[in-house]
Amino acid sequence: MKEKKNNAFTRWFYGEEDTLLDKVEMKPQKEYAPREGEIRELMKEREMLREQIYDVEDNHKLRLFHKMYQIAAVIFCLTLISIMLVTVSWLPPNGDPDNPVNNEVSARYIESGLQETGAVNIVTGMILDYRAFDTFGESNVLFIATVTVLILLRLDKEKKALAKPGVPVYQKPVDELTIAKAQADDRVYEPKNDVILQKVAGFLVPIIIIFGIYVILNGHLSPGGGFSGGAIIGAGLILYLNAFGFEKTERFFTEKTYKWTCFFALTFYCLAKSYSFFTGANHLESGIPLGTPGAILSSGLILPLNICVGLVVACTMYAFYVLFRKGGF
Amino acid sequence: MVGPNLFINYGEAVAVILFGIGFSNLLLQKNLIKKIIGLNIMDTAIYLFLAEKGYIAGRVAPIVVDGVQEVEAYINPVPSGLVLTGIVVSVSVTAIMLSLTIRLYRRYHTLDLDEISMRLKKEGL
Amino acid sequence: MRGIMQIFTCILMGFLVICAISVTFSKKLLNSILIFMSYSLVMSIIWMLLESPDLAITEAAVGAGVTSVLFFVTLKKIHAMVGEDNDERKEE
Repeated sequence: MKEKKNNAFTRWFYGEEDTLLDKVEMKPQKEYAPREGEIRELMKEREMLREQIYDVEDNHKLRLFHKMYQIAAVIFCLTLISIMLVTVSWLPPNGDPDNPVNNEVSARYIESGLQETGAVNIVTGMILDYRAFDTFGESNVLFIATVTVLILLRLDKEKKALAKPGVPVYQKPVDELTIAKAQADDRVYEPKNDVILQKVAGFLVPIIIIFGIYVILNGHLSPGGGFSGGAIIGAGLILYLNAFGFEKTERFFTEKTYKWTCFFALTFYCLAKSYSFFTGANHLESGIPLGTPGAILSSGLILPLNICVGLVVACTMYAFYVLFRKGGF
Repeated sequence: MVGPNLFINYGEAVAVILFGIGFSNLLLQKNLIKKIIGLNIMDTAIYLFLAEKGYIAGRVAPIVVDGVQEVEAYINPVPSGLVLTGIVVSVSVTAIMLSLTIRLYRRYHTLDLDEISMRLKKEGL
Repeated sequence: MRGIMQIFTCILMGFLVICAISVTFSKKLLNSILIFMSYSLVMSIIWMLLESPDLAITEAAVGAGVTSVLFFVTLKKIHAMVGEDNDERKEE
């Protein structure tokens, strides 16, 4: 087994050194104060603030400003609605085939969609073949959103954080913020091992996941596609997590699973579409067969791309839920 | 001043009214969670408007059946593609905003925007 | 037959506007999130009536599913931070 080289990249890659440690937070956050006297202290402070800032002489001005703001907001919204209603009344009639919206772009997509992309579902053929770059950008938006929520809501494990002596104050969690306590806080009012939920989830979760896989794989033949199928699989995983708890779910979905799934899905999408752009721009023949329309293995690259998008969306939906509940994977 | 098509375009009119309601929610509510719900209502109202622009009366959904490929048989597929991306981006934006709300609550223990700005003023930010 | 579908669509859109207004004026947060969930579901049905089945499936799975679940989990996190003994500070 070859040894790890010790440079800055491998240290960052294996998670030993965090380059964003002092640079992301703007100022150190106040530690989570204990609960016992704090509620009364907060209410006293609230009253004091209200007296100091809502002064007797400023009281009248502040109230006037508040009322003016509300009246101005209502007037502005009503003006906005009426201007837009007047605009809507001047639009061409709804459902008319001679609208300017129905121009030659949609005619081209409908008439040559089946021959050029091989997809029976014209909308899927459009977003994964003609306009695949937009879908790539959208998958990236999902990934960036997950990373942002990870930065905001993540709780470090106690062992890893307390093991380092030089860690600054706000990184070391005060006792209340470790994962175990957060989890206990979260589930203290829930009945554990609810029999009805477990039996029903044991029946429903396989059906939901199989339905999600069906929707993804048939994206080019019937309504659906990567986004819908991914959301359905994500919802099935959330139901499983709710019914069976965190330990059982961590048997098959850990942080490593999430990382490598998203990485491979996005990289495969990028490489596949780069190949398509390259051969299309240079007027070469791409070697990917289109197959017969109506079969599952048809339409060139649309089926693998649907699977990639579906995986990214499912992992993202599940990751949002787990980060909100537990603060970590 | 009012054009001829206001009642034929009732779908777009409802979309615009919902946009206005969502926007006034965003401006006038004091609670942060209701502001986020208002933003979501604005989002879905715009998607309704876009989907209405793609509808043509008497035609079916853009899935090729029986090899029929004339333009006169299907609705316009282009706005449908735009909205599909938009829905997923909207859920990402909602998730980010809700996580920001949780962090704000941990720090200031309130969900009222007036009070948060009072405390910020007190801290001198 | 077309007239009946149009009347049905009008009724559904009226329901949408009523849902949106009642989200504004409800006092408890839990009620407004439930009404928002039903708003999302009726929006999905309207898209089905406008002949776009892709959007209907996606909105049903995402809007009435994942977004509403995230709202509920946020509410739970915010209540849990305060604790059970401080009831009057839970809503607004």
